Amino acid sequence: MKYSALILSNLFRKKIRTVLTIGSFAVALFLFGLLAVVHGAFNQGIDVAGVDRVVVINKVSIIQPLPVSYEERMLRIPGVKAVTHANWFGGVYQDERNFFPQFAIEDDTYRPMFPEFVVPDDQWKAYMDDREGAIVGAELAKRFKWKVGDRIPIKGTIFQGTWDFNLRGIYQGKRIQDDNTQFWFHYKYLEERENPFWKGLIGWYTVKVANPDDSARIAKQIDETFSNSPWETKTDTEKAFAASFAKQAGNIGFLIMSIGAVVFFTLLLVTGNTMAIAVRERVRDLAVLKAVGFSDVFVLVLVLAESLLIAAVGGALGLAGAKLLTLGGDPTHGMLPFFYLSPQTVVVGFSVALVVGVVAGLLPAITAMKLNVVAALRRV
Amino acid sequence: MVRVDGGGNGSSLVRVRGLDKKYQRGSEEIHVLQGLNLDVDAGDFVAFMGPSGSGKTTLLNLLGGLDLPSAGTIVVAGDEITHLSGSRLTEWRARHVGFIFQMYNLIPVLTAFQNVELPLLLTKLSKAERRSHVEMALEVVGLKDRMNHFPRQLSGGQEQRVGIARAIVADPTFLLCDEPTGDLDRKSADEIMDLIDRLVREHRKTVLLVTHDPMAAERAHVVLHLDKGVLVEGQGTGERAGVRS
Repeated sequence: MKYSALILSNLFRKKIRTVLTIGSFAVALFLFGLLAVVHGAFNQGIDVAGVDRVVVINKVSIIQPLPVSYEERMLRIPGVKAVTHANWFGGVYQDERNFFPQFAIEDDTYRPMFPEFVVPDDQWKAYMDDREGAIVGAELAKRFKWKVGDRIPIKGTIFQGTWDFNLRGIYQGKRIQDDNTQFWFHYKYLEERENPFWKGLIGWYTVKVANPDDSARIAKQIDETFSNSPWETKTDTEKAFAASFAKQAGNIGFLIMSIGAVVFFTLLLVTGNTMAIAVRERVRDLAVLKAVGFSDVFVLVLVLAESLLIAAVGGALGLAGAKLLTLGGDPTHGMLPFFYLSPQTVVVGFSVALVVGVVAGLLPAITAMKLNVVAALRRV
Repeated sequence: MVRVDGGGNGSSLVRVRGLDKKYQRGSEEIHVLQGLNLDVDAGDFVAFMGPSGSGKTTLLNLLGGLDLPSAGTIVVAGDEITHLSGSRLTEWRARHVGFIFQMYNLIPVLTAFQNVELPLLLTKLSKAERRSHVEMALEVVGLKDRMNHFPRQLSGGQEQRVGIARAIVADPTFLLCDEPTGDLDRKSADEIMDLIDRLVREHRKTVLLVTHDPMAAERAHVVLHLDKGVLVEGQGTGERAGVRS
């Protein structure tokens, strides 16, 4: 492009200023990337929730159990295709900082309920044959360098004592957003070993419906079936359940939007001011360009192009930095298992950076466009 | 032939009739140019002299299409420029006018080559053609070996020579020089005037020069004096005043 020298040389007229402005964009977009990653991590469950699944929990709270006997009754409701259940174990591996979710699962029904988690058949068989068997997500196995055959001791917090497991299989989610940090073991093992209070009780049910359009009706029917019982239920679609679970940590989306808006507004002011100064300093040069025959529109585009270039370079650097950070995996050791900057987020971030670049450069660019050549040349 | 009585025929390169320019300064109206007439033929070298504030630069700005008159007409090479829109006037300037400024007005972040190339960026010339034109222009002003230098690496006289190369590179219809030696020492000023002289003699350029310097004005074919907003031939100038070579 024949005008590139003109654009680039102007950008490097004040190198430090240009570098600092690019740095502002880079920091802002890095922050945007990180906030988006955290937001994505909190909402991961919502994104991957099955449209044909509903979750049944105790009406009082998710930490209150439900009777295992509900399974048969739910299966009798028209439109219910399958039912499985799980318990939250809440154990600690070596150190409390090594958080990861452990579920005691119903062996026969859990695997077909969640086909997105793929376990090799031979590993599943080995798991089924071992009372102390366990299956873990690929990411969790990688984190602790576990391999099939390893003996894994977990210290119970809700369920007392040390529980030893044999790693029999490693599952892998089909989608990039799937949670590969879970630890599954036999519900039967939990039931057999735990004290009688927990016998016949489970944490929550997951119900597969034949037709996703019937989810709301079936959820209502499940709750009606168990109303006025000692263990009333609260049923939601898996997506709604995941959303309410995410909300327990506060309105992360609003928080992120607020921080992002403040950051980008500040960036707008910083860049706008920088471009305004840059134009003011170059009044004579711009006047000369116009005198030589460059049009008002060209001068407008020139200033906008400089602003846009700053935004593009800074934005790209910031997003690249954020991406690099996520490649290192979850820095919170399990709190944010889905620590991933998606290409869509990169595109959105880069687009926002470009919009900020254009908006910030618009006013100085219009000033430059309207510059009166005679007055500008006389001023110097 | 240069005339200021409005009696020139239609063949003049520059034809100015009844040119008025008024400025408003607060409540005061300043009448800078009053019914000014001028005819300049192709190849003429005209110097305008006069005290500060007499309207020399204003006249030059009007002739170069940088400013619009309050009344009157300016016709250059058959184009009446006084009624052109802003964008058409910009295009016209790119084709017809080469400006040489007192302060050189080179863009400091561009090399001599890039400064001279600027007017050619508005043309459809290829990169190779632009390069050839720029090198030729720098050769004319004797600075081909300095083409990769930035303005800060050049002396004042050299900067002005780059400014002249920029003015001539697109082969404009005429050159407008606003005090081109005003910021130079005598020796550099003489070199610049030699160069302008050569452009007129060897390259048949038409030059309109505003200057305070009588020695610079003496190089012109005709010296016109601006007095109270009108042009007067030959007042207070050298022996060649009012004479067409």
